[in-house]
Amino acid sequence: MTNMLQSRWWSWGFRSAVLIYFVLLIVFPILGIYGQSLSGGWHAFTDNVTEALAWKAVLLTVKLALISTAINAAIGTMAAWVLIRYRFPGRRLLNSLVDLPFALPTAVVGLMILLLLGPRSPVGQGAEALGFTILFHEPAIVIAMVFVTFPFVIRAVQPLLEELDASEEEAAYTMGASPARTFFRVILPCMTPGIASGAMLAFSRALAEFGAVVLVAGNIPGKTLIASVYIFGEIESDNPAGAAAVSVLLLTLSFAILWIVHFVQTRRTGR
Amino acid sequence: MHVEVRGLNKKFGTFQAVKDVSFHIAKGQLIGLLGPSGGGKTSILRMLAGLETPDEGDIVFHGQRVNDLPPQERGIGFVFQNYALFKHMTVAENIAFGLEVKKWPKAKIKARVAELVELTGLKGFESRYPHQLSGGQRQRVAFARALAPEPQLLLLDEPFAAIDAKIRHELRSWLREMIDRLGITSIFVTHDQDEAIEVADEIMIINQGRLEQKGSPWEIYKDPQTPFVAGFIGESTIVEDIASLRGFADTLTWPGTKGLIRPEYIEVGKEHEFPLLSATETGRVKHIHFRGSEWLVEVEIGAIKLVTYRSLEKEVLHPGDAVHVLVHRAYLFNDNDSWVMENKLKEDPMPVHI
Repeated sequence: MTNMLQSRWWSWGFRSAVLIYFVLLIVFPILGIYGQSLSGGWHAFTDNVTEALAWKAVLLTVKLALISTAINAAIGTMAAWVLIRYRFPGRRLLNSLVDLPFALPTAVVGLMILLLLGPRSPVGQGAEALGFTILFHEPAIVIAMVFVTFPFVIRAVQPLLEELDASEEEAAYTMGASPARTFFRVILPCMTPGIASGAMLAFSRALAEFGAVVLVAGNIPGKTLIASVYIFGEIESDNPAGAAAVSVLLLTLSFAILWIVHFVQTRRTGR
Repeated sequence: MHVEVRGLNKKFGTFQAVKDVSFHIAKGQLIGLLGPSGGGKTSILRMLAGLETPDEGDIVFHGQRVNDLPPQERGIGFVFQNYALFKHMTVAENIAFGLEVKKWPKAKIKARVAELVELTGLKGFESRYPHQLSGGQRQRVAFARALAPEPQLLLLDEPFAAIDAKIRHELRSWLREMIDRLGITSIFVTHDQDEAIEVADEIMIINQGRLEQKGSPWEIYKDPQTPFVAGFIGESTIVEDIASLRGFADTLTWPGTKGLIRPEYIEVGKEHEFPLLSATETGRVKHIHFRGSEWLVEVEIGAIKLVTYRSLEKEVLHPGDAVHVLVHRAYLFNDNDSWVMENKLKEDPMPVHI
């Protein structure tokens, strides 16, 4: 079998298949979007992008994605720490539940938030009493984004914590370092690459979130309309060029982030 | 620093790792904790460092009980078996870590790091990361890092276990020299008796959580206090029926006594090689093996099998040859006692002077 796979024809065939698959499913559609956005010329593109509602949607998306990423970076790191360092009943169950947000349909997530945090729910009423609304406002969008991107940071930090040798900490102690100093000088630097790459993946996923957000955002143009919902709206109102222009912005951002993640990871493993 | 340990006990769950261990170590000595794996050596070392808490007993440094001091305040350096270097720091940053913790001024840290880099022969590697170093170099970084804050006591856990044999040899003598030069009290753990014998001023043999014997390598070799020590140090064969060997018939007085015989206690050769045949047994060569610098001879005396060495300068023996075997001495032990006995027939009973 391995002999057969090593033969020149097989290897050529496999490589071509993968290449064709890659070109057909990834490269062509992406080039298509770039082409579509520029089909009306450069001016039409800049007009589409500088349209107030469009860039407000993009800006809002980036802002909320950044907030949810910050929340996830902090909570995800803590969760990874707890899941690796502490032994308690239910730890394995919790650990397997971490991936749930990936498995759930995002519309279900949206519905959950809708029911849980709506104005008639206790949480919604509590927030109302404190003077702000969750649903159909920015907090709901952030909550949806945080939920959907929850696993990224945890899953990126866990392996790093696992491979961190307990004797490194002990070595720091024997040299007089306090537990706090040991954490910040020895443990945190080991986790940083994971936190960074997990956070960046979470960020690009938050940028792209549609299903969970569309149900809870209210989608008021210029206020709670995020980029992916804006794209949907443009298509519905038969303006594919406008949709493509915003898509290109998001796509370029995602590319940049992926590239940075890749750079961070290769630097880590190459070390 | 002067180290004293009294009645140390440690249990992990139901496993008694350390049983009632007491010893003291004078300032500037290099001590080897030697024993089989899982015998409690590392637990003792970790308790000295404060990385484990003893269940019972006192650990005293410089006359001060340190049981309740955390590792940070014990003034020790610890070299871990896997070195435990900080992967994300360069060699220089690793060495400087303990000094920064102690808030040394920048210029002093720089000078100290340069000094240690020089001392450990790591010049030119200061800005490398641990993964860019060989095992021996990592070992030396770990050593430099532990020494940097000028500890009073250096603890080394199997310092050479992960290094290949040839470099291990070099590092051993390097370590010995370094510790002599610095005059720092040091304790190292090893399961390799050659290492302990070669490097240590004194050896402590640890078995099943107990301190079996403490003494200089020569004392331990010459006068083992327990059957375990006798069997653990050097090579040896245990002879159940020691009384049947010529010269050891007296052992019948102590029933249940067994003998432990080292290869170097035995001489084997043809009849004309022995001036006093009455003290020898006759036997037959079973196997011979070439050992690089000598022959290893397995010889059978009736049902007793013994192993010894033979110089390459002497007449070559062959399997099946009838030979004479002189057993100079045996280490005897029974359930209550152990002692060394010389061959009683070696002294010519009726010396004839010509």
